[in-house]
Amino acid sequence: MAPILDIKNLDKSYGQTKILRDINVAIDQGDFLVLVGPSGCGKSTLLNCIAGLEPISGGSIEIAGQDMTDVSPKDRNIAMVFQSYALYPTMSVAKNITFGMKVRGIDQATQSAKLAEVADLLQISQLLDRKPGQLSGGQRQRVAMGRALVRDPALFLFDEPLSNLDAKLRVEMRTEIKKLHQTLGASIVYVTHDQIEAMTLATRIVVMKGGVIQQIGTPSEIYNTPANLFVADFMGSPAMNLIPAKVAKDGSGHRIEIARASEPPLVLADPRPLDLPADVILGLRPEDIAEAGYRSGDQVQEAACQVDMVEPAGADTYVVSHLGGKQVTARLHAETSAKPGAPLNLAFDLAKVSYFAPESGERLN
Amino acid sequence: MTDLAYVSPRAGQRSTASRLGRVALRWTLYLLLGLFALWFLMPLFVMVTTSLKSLDEIRTGSLVALPRDVTFEAWKTAWGSACTGIQCEGLKPYLWNSVLIAVPGVAISTIIGALNGYVFAQWRFRGANLLFAALLFGCFIPFQVVLLPMARMLGILGLAGTIPGLILVHTVYGIGFTTLFFRNYYVTIPQELVRAAKIDGAGFFRIFWSIFLPLSLPIFVVSVIWQFTQIWNDFLFGVSFSSAGTQPVTVALNNIVNSTTGVKAYNVDMAAAILAALPTLLVYVVAGKYFIRGLTAGSVKG
Repeated sequence: MAPILDIKNLDKSYGQTKILRDINVAIDQGDFLVLVGPSGCGKSTLLNCIAGLEPISGGSIEIAGQDMTDVSPKDRNIAMVFQSYALYPTMSVAKNITFGMKVRGIDQATQSAKLAEVADLLQISQLLDRKPGQLSGGQRQRVAMGRALVRDPALFLFDEPLSNLDAKLRVEMRTEIKKLHQTLGASIVYVTHDQIEAMTLATRIVVMKGGVIQQIGTPSEIYNTPANLFVADFMGSPAMNLIPAKVAKDGSGHRIEIARASEPPLVLADPRPLDLPADVILGLRPEDIAEAGYRSGDQVQEAACQVDMVEPAGADTYVVSHLGGKQVTARLHAETSAKPGAPLNLAFDLAKVSYFAPESGERLN
Repeated sequence: MTDLAYVSPRAGQRSTASRLGRVALRWTLYLLLGLFALWFLMPLFVMVTTSLKSLDEIRTGSLVALPRDVTFEAWKTAWGSACTGIQCEGLKPYLWNSVLIAVPGVAISTIIGALNGYVFAQWRFRGANLLFAALLFGCFIPFQVVLLPMARMLGILGLAGTIPGLILVHTVYGIGFTTLFFRNYYVTIPQELVRAAKIDGAGFFRIFWSIFLPLSLPIFVVSVIWQFTQIWNDFLFGVSFSSAGTQPVTVALNNIVNSTTGVKAYNVDMAAAILAALPTLLVYVVAGKYFIRGLTAGSVKG
């Protein structure tokens, strides 16, 4: 089956400034693609290019097997939900939702039927006569989604739709969007700067920085095997620990040495046959460091470390220690006996460890 | 507790003193404002009272005295039989001329200004800033500078001395202002609205008609008041580009006042002046509320 969206070698520049460089992405019917990255990374521009709201400087865009590179937005068979919702302020909710159909000259009966269907799906039937100004943030969000859903397009585009909502509502709407995706089987491209949103919603994630794609993959690929230091640092909260380390060959495996300020170096062993340089950045997620005795596995190694800080977070307790000149966060069980200033035996689970080259930042294993 | 007991009487005194001061300040302010208002209303008072007096009473009485016998003779004369040169038809035909000039002039310049503003605010194109600057520059060109080129242009178009000619002049001159009003108003409307409408399939005019126009009442009122006042009160263009039958009311008023021989009919002059000024006054009274609202709309982002 042809991909529902196929972007090839897309470039975008404003004058001399290159905003997007050589973007290649393809998704299949029913995929939920999340574009994630820090502000200014070009993710919203890429979405606007897909929508046809921004002309592209090079490459091609195909939607549902048709070349849409130079097609105007209204003929691309897409619907879009905007960050500010962009509801038409003088029209009622019902008129907002049916405006697109009215413009396209769809008959009244079909309009009413579709309106009722969508209003029912989003539970906004009681709001249809209100003006956008009389709605709460969450209700506006629903209406904006209704306006997109009623189009029944090949591709939905979401531009940071939850960023104007408060934290609680954001989580609710996130679940709702996910549910909607599962019931409708819709193909979605979704822009966010929130990596948790990306992880929870996506079937595929594109991590971007400076107009360049850093990595494309499933949430678990992105999380467990980040392609470079940027992705490793950006995805996950608290962030992955990135610790400078010295590597020496030790039989078929490696001996990894992490310098410490006042104690002898921390030594770990990775028995796997890898091809590593002498200096690496070792990447270990906070949950891969536990209190000794609480983690088992063939790659678990224990060592005593000085605890600098203890941060209880309810379900977990985060413990910060200084290793290799970096603050290293470990995610411990809630009832840990860790005390700031006291040593604690920590278990390092190297099963999911990542190695990065210090200069290029690229992944080594 | 002791601290509190010690402090409170002094704090009470201070607050009483400051309240007195505030009240005094407030009343001074009201007094000053009242005086200013009187000062500005004085001429109107003299105009109204004088227009209701007979010539005899004007000659013998004081300027600021109320009329002893109220008479509307002067108003009748000003309306229907005052002489503006050789004709003696009063202001009536010229008031109608002014309406014929002002209404289309206001409507056309406002509609063009709305479309221009919509384009400048939401459909940016290469050179838009330069063009907008040029239009703004048009606002600052004094009337006198354009008189001769405009006369030549009207001549070429065959509109010299006609009402359509005057409509054209006022429309061209007004577009700079109306464009500025609408552009600054529409700039505050988020671009995402246009994008959403584009994806919904609406085109340039559809978006303007369905989304922008319904939002535009306050700025329409501003534009209409501004343009109406400008066109109605204009004298220079009126006197330069009109001929015998097409003069606007301002020119006729001037002629009534200046072409009388012998005794000056002050009461008729005053009545005629009030008649000529009445429409703009009415527009302000009816739509003034929206005027203030519209002028401040774009400036304070809510």
